[in-house]
Order: sequence, then structure tokens, then C-alpha cells
Amino acid sequence: MNSTFQGVTSQEYKYGFVTDIEADSVAPGLNEEVIRFISAKKGEPEWLLNFRLKAYRHWLTLAEPGWAKVQYPTPDFQKIVYYSAPRPKKAQYASMDEVDPELKRTFEKLGVPIHEQEALAGVAVDVVFDSVSVTTTYKEKLAAVGIIFCSFSEAVKTHPDLVKRYLGSVVPPTDNFYAALNSAVFTDGSFVFIPKGVACPMDLSTYFRINNQESGQFERTLIVAEEGASVSYLEGCTAPQFDTNQLHAAVVELVALDHASIKYSTVQNWYAGDKDGKGGIFNFVTKRGLCKGKGSHISWTQVETGSAITWKYPSCVLLGDDSIGEFYSVALTNHKQQADTGTKMIHIGRNTKSTIISKGISAGDSSNSYRGLVKVQPKAEGARNFSQCDSMLIGHTCSASTFPTLDVQNRSARIEHEATTSKIGEEQLFYFQQRGIPAEEAVSMIINGFCKDVFRELPMEFAVEATKLLSLKLEGSVG
Amino acid sequence: MLSIKNLTASINGTPVLKGIDLEIKAGEIHAIMGPNGSGKSTLGKVLVGHPAYEVTGGTVTFEGKNLFDLEPDVRARAGLFMGFQHPIEVPGVSNAAFLRLAYNKKAEAEGRDELDPLEFDDFIHEKIKLVSMKEAFLDRSLNEGFSGGEKKRNEILQMAVLEPKLAILDELDSGLDIDALRVLGDAVNKLMRPDHALLVITHFPRILETIRPQFVHVLSGGRILKQGGPGLAIELEERGYDWVVEEAAPGGHR
Repeated sequence: MNSTFQGVTSQEYKYGFVTDIEADSVAPGLNEEVIRFISAKKGEPEWLLNFRLKAYRHWLTLAEPGWAKVQYPTPDFQKIVYYSAPRPKKAQYASMDEVDPELKRTFEKLGVPIHEQEALAGVAVDVVFDSVSVTTTYKEKLAAVGIIFCSFSEAVKTHPDLVKRYLGSVVPPTDNFYAALNSAVFTDGSFVFIPKGVACPMDLSTYFRINNQESGQFERTLIVAEEGASVSYLEGCTAPQFDTNQLHAAVVELVALDHASIKYSTVQNWYAGDKDGKGGIFNFVTKRGLCKGKGSHISWTQVETGSAITWKYPSCVLLGDDSIGEFYSVALTNHKQQADTGTKMIHIGRNTKSTIISKGISAGDSSNSYRGLVKVQPKAEGARNFSQCDSMLIGHTCSASTFPTLDVQNRSARIEHEATTSKIGEEQLFYFQQRGIPAEEAVSMIINGFCKDVFRELPMEFAVEATKLLSLKLEGSVG
Repeated sequence: MLSIKNLTASINGTPVLKGIDLEIKAGEIHAIMGPNGSGKSTLGKVLVGHPAYEVTGGTVTFEGKNLFDLEPDVRARAGLFMGFQHPIEVPGVSNAAFLRLAYNKKAEAEGRDELDPLEFDDFIHEKIKLVSMKEAFLDRSLNEGFSGGEKKRNEILQMAVLEPKLAILDELDSGLDIDALRVLGDAVNKLMRPDHALLVITHFPRILETIRPQFVHVLSGGRILKQGGPGLAIELEERGYDWVVEEAAPGGHR
């Protein structure tokens, strides 16, 4: 059956450029010396160095996880550069004017607002380039209401007690292979603290950029919302187009105390490799939120479009009674991309609720898996979960799988699971075309319809971006 | 308006149309009738460019243009419309958004102003009266969970929105009760204009009591076996199709 929908050119990854900038890098390889170097470079206190070393020693005892439905050559951890920073003209930028113009141009090209006056209406941004945070906007304004929003390194210096109290409290350094690696070598990231009773007046955002070809990116994000506080946090990321793979192994920890609410949204657009699967980011990330307090609420929304390999399960531990965990996900794979993503909802407290909405879209020769765990512990009286996992296939050579696991140890739990698999068939597309709508716009409309339940959860500007991104990623794949 | 000459087409290598000739002029209503599997629906789908069919020979011009040079969406914007026998369901896509996009694509192609959602809202409310459709259907996903009859109403609603020059209606009556059939038949008649034309594909003559064709063609085995006026439809109602096929067979009498 020949298709009428061919001939649409494939859109190239438009963030694939490299910034030529002087960088301070350590030689490739990992050992205790490198970890000490990173720690010293950042002027860290001894407890943090010990945290790293302990994690490293544990990591040495671990094997790389092999259970995900993804295939890739094991990264050579001795060939990765664990610290790479754009060489600053000064130790600390007093203002944006001092930032290397080349670096500024990079973020302008990426459309990331690093000047406050140019910033999107009410979004504060922390910009991370390879291993370090370049700048954070709106810091003073946020500080006025007691909010701390800064790079992780800075938080270690200015708020060591907070960092010490919460770092590793949700994702212990021993949690898994990549979390242990991150705990040993993380270089920067964002720190957010919303004090008691404060609703953050603007969205907070971190933009991650990998530039160095040999470097891995190991960032650490820690968000703490005290009693009754609330925050919406956005994460974006891109990387240049190299024909080798770069490793991204981040850890994100969220802590919500009584009646606090954290909404964490990601639009992930790391370089995915070329059509034949050469190059691209290995995205091995551990994200977990702890609903520690009564009636606390953590919501993950992710739109995963990039990376050669995605291995990622943003999860919620529902410890506080009446706490709520949510996971809304769109994962799109095309060409040779492989994604194994999903969530874990661990119900511990009473009357805890969780919602999982996962939409997987596979095109090309890609493989897209949903993997989820809903666990209800013996004391989680009245726990409720609703899960919906839908897959959409475009073409004949891609695959979609779902691996839902239920582990219910309390009889009062109510669990609902729905799953569908559909195909954008030529019939659907043809129907649109017969009404005068070109194939590309038809695909975009069908996909957006499919993802509606997730896009609704994204902040407005992100939703618009996500819609565009999906259309772009699918161009040329229909046929 | 439409000129079909010696058209042949196949699906998966199997010939389905074996030499069709047909002329349709502005203001005319034509009916294609025939037994199941005769190639009636295929003819409609080939004209609107369904990807499953391969045109193997012959020519079709629409308003002077070679139809097969045009992509299906271009044909649609040029004024060719097909009301499908089994309209497909598209979950998550709102009916209203779909209708508006289709309308605006055509408006854009014709250099007319596109309608914003509020303007379109006014526009569509007039149109849905024509097919006696409930407003709630505008907010639902395109055809999703619609009954057979509701899907057909939605097809004619789309026809009303797009006002095509040539509408091909494939088995409009299937899945419709008598009352709904009359409503939709009347709607189609109201949409008919002197510069428009209709091609009604049907197995049963019933619909032709409302939408009255001037020309009736009997299709069987991928060929037009017999042509006539409105009287032919009545004859088919009484006698079925077999006699036409027998008559046309080699050695058949005439």
C-alpha cells in the first residue's frame, strides 16, 4: 500500500550546534581523586565530600541495571569527563554583563531568557551549562518573600543546613546505579526552598545544556516546599548534535511538607541521535517526590521527546495521610530512539490518592515502553489509584509495550487501570485530507488530541512549546 | 465539471474498476447504483484519492484540471467532497475544532477570511440546524462514540460547512432510520445549487425518493452496465439487479 503522505522532509534538530568556549575540564575518568577535585573546585564542606565518596564506594559495588526494555552499549565510565565548566572571566558574575558573550549568544539562540528584562512573563530561570549554573534570574524578587532559588553549588555555600537536611532524603545515594553515580559526581543544578505558607509568585525554571562532547551531565535538583507552600517548576534541556553518546544522569528530589504542593514539569528535548541511531543522549534519570506531610501534593508532568535512550520513572512516595501523587506523561520516540519510562506510586499514608496518565507515541523504528508500579502498603487504608496508559503507533516498524505492576497489601485499596493501543492509520489521515487538511496538520491535530489530558497539565507556554515540538519530531514520519 | 474517461483502478493488484466513463455537469444529480462489491464505493474513493487504490489507466478531469495531479487535500479544497459510508472515529480531536480547521483551510485556499473560534461558533450554529444535530456533538471528539446515524449527520454537516462543488455521497442511507434519512436528504437538496453537482452512490433506491437524480448508472463488476433516467431507479427497486447483469452478459438479450 503506497502512501500519499510521503515527501515531507524530515526536520533537523535545531539545537544541535556547539558553543566554542573555553572550558575548565578535568581529564576523563572516574576515581576518588576526581571526586575530591570536583568537591575542592566547589569549595565544599567535608560532609558533602564524604557524601560523595560514600556514594562512589557504593557505586563501585553496583552493576548497571539491565531490566529496562532498551539496548545500548554500556557507557565507558572512564572515558567521561566529570567536570566541565565554561571558564569564567571572574570567579563569580556580579551581573549578566560579565557573562561571556559567546555563552549569552548560546542561550539567546536557544530562546532561553537569561536577562530579566527579556524574560518571559513571570518565569525565573536558573541556567546550567555543562557542569555549572551560569545565572539565575529574579533572585532578589523571590528572596523578598523568603524563597531561595539558586544554583545547587551556591545553596551549599549559603544554606548548608537546608541542603544537608534534605539532600539524599528522598533518593538515597545507594538508591540505584545511576543515582549513586550522580551522588558521587554531581556538579550543579538547582535548589529551591519555599518557606511555610508562601505561594511562589512565578514559575521557576531550570534550563540544562550539555555542550562538551566528552562530558556527562550530572545535575542535582532539590525542591523543598514547607507547610502550606506551593510552587510550579519547569525544566527544559537541549544538547549539541554529536555522533557519540553523552550521558545524562540527574537526580531530582522533591519534598512536600503538610499541605504543600509541588508541580514539576519537564519538556525534554535532548539530542536524540540521527535517523540511523548514531549519537544522542543517554538519559538515565532518577526523579522522586516525597509527599512527607499531611495533604501534600506532588505532580509530575513530562513531555519526553529527545534522547537516544530514556530511562526515567518520576515517582511519588505518599507518606503523609491524604497526600496526592500525580504523573502525566507524553513520551514520543521516532527513528531508533528507545524509551522506557513510567512512574512509581508508593502509598504509605492513609487515604492517599494517585493518578497516572501516560501517553506513548512511537514512530519510525523506535521502541516505547511504559513501566509502572502502584504499591499500596499494609497501613495505607483507603488508598486509591487511577492509571491510564495509552499507546499510539505510527507506521509498522515501531513498538509499544506496557509493564504495569500492582502490589496491593491493603484490602481497602481501590485501583483502576485502563490501557489502549491505537494506530494513526491511513484512514484517519485520509479523512482529514479529504476535508482539505494537509497530512502534517492532520498528524499534529490527531497527536494533540491524543495527548490532551497531559498537555492540559502543562503551564500555558510549555503546552504551546510541547505541541510544536511533537509536530516537529514527527515530520516526515507519516507514511 | 467532472469528466471520467476509461478509468481503471486496482487494490493490492486486483482490478476493481475496469473502464469507467462518466460525465457530470454543473446542476446535475447522478446516482451510481449496483450490487455489493460492484466497485461503486471504489469509484468514489479513487476520485477523492484514497491511498489504498492504484489508478492503472484512464483520465479524470475536475473543473478542467487533471485530478490525479492533485493531492487528496488539494482536491478537497478545490471543491471535491466525499461523505463516507463508515466515517472514522478520531479520539481527542474536537468536532468543532476539526470543522473549523477544514473550513479555514478552504477559506485560505480561496482567499477568503478565516473564521476565529467565536465567528465560527455563530457560523456553525446555523449549519447544525440544517441537519438537526444537537449542539453537544460539536464539543465531542470527532465521530467518537457516535451512532451510525449521528456519524452520517456529521458527514452532511461537514458538507454544509464546506459547500463542495461536487459531493460524492457513499451509502448515505445505511444506518439511518426513515426520519433521519428524510432530514439529511432534505439538507442535501437545500445545499444543492445550480453550479454544484451530486454523485449519489447507493445500493438501495430508497434515498433517491428524496434526492432525485436525473441520471442513473448501474455499476457491476467494475463497469457501468446500464444508464438511464429516474425511471431506471424505480425499475431496479422492483426487479433488483440480476436482470441488468444478465442483459449485459455475452449472449444476453436486449
